Amino acid sequence: MAEPWEDDELEGPVRKFMYVNRRAPYGTIYALESLEVVLIAAAFEQDVTLVFMDDGVYQIKKDQNTDAIGVKNFSPTYRALEGYDVEKLYVEKESLASRGLTTDDLIVPVQLVDKDQLAQLMEEQEVILSF
Amino acid sequence: MKLSVLVNEGPYQHQSADSAIQFTKAALERGHEIFRVFFYHDGVNNGTRFAVPPQDDRNITQEWTALAKEHGLDLVVCIAAAQRRGILDENEAKRQGKDGNNIADGFRISGLGQLIEAGIQSDRMVIFGD
Repeated sequence: MAEPWEDDELEGPVRKFMYVNRRAPYGTIYALESLEVVLIAAAFEQDVTLVFMDDGVYQIKKDQNTDAIGVKNFSPTYRALEGYDVEKLYVEKESLASRGLTTDDLIVPVQLVDKDQLAQLMEEQEVILSF
Repeated sequence: MKLSVLVNEGPYQHQSADSAIQFTKAALERGHEIFRVFFYHDGVNNGTRFAVPPQDDRNITQEWTALAKEHGLDLVVCIAAAQRRGILDENEAKRQGKDGNNIADGFRISGLGQLIEAGIQSDRMVIFGD
């Protein structure tokens, strides 16, 4: 039987969480608040996978400059994910290519997957949060 | 089945706020357990008791409050998202030096960890949003 001090909310099985980022970093708050979820989630030591697809690939584009729109450039935070043991970052190949980008344009190392491989990855998850 | 619900959009602005409560009602009627309903992004606006929709319209917040009372639902509003959008309970209002609070009965404000815990503890997480 668990002692009372062991009965905290971090208990439970390790599950496969996938965070799917589909939107541009600015224009709406989804990307920023998605990143906030990922950072908090890291403390729960779950099996975390991040996906960037559609306009979400712009979230990790190099050389973002938000001076003219008066919004904080939060892109450097993606570089900190490694320190939180969030290391499985996938980018959908088609989304990147159709925007004229390559992995050289991205601020973090990622694995490229095509949409069929991504579908397979999604199939393996237990919780998928899409932002 | 043990379910959790994530509500990512605000009431009246977006159909998903209605769909979320309709789904929750239907799931309860079918005998499923709702472990938690978590409100994020503009979804936190579902938890203000200060909204006054026209009388001939539905009142989504009151529906949640009633449902929570009837079924003992755990309705959790994300604290970070709530602070940005001015959703406060008594403690938060005091802590932030604000002159009032607006959280509706049956809702509570807590951290994003509650969302992750819901993902861990539930058989399925059902998400309402774009």
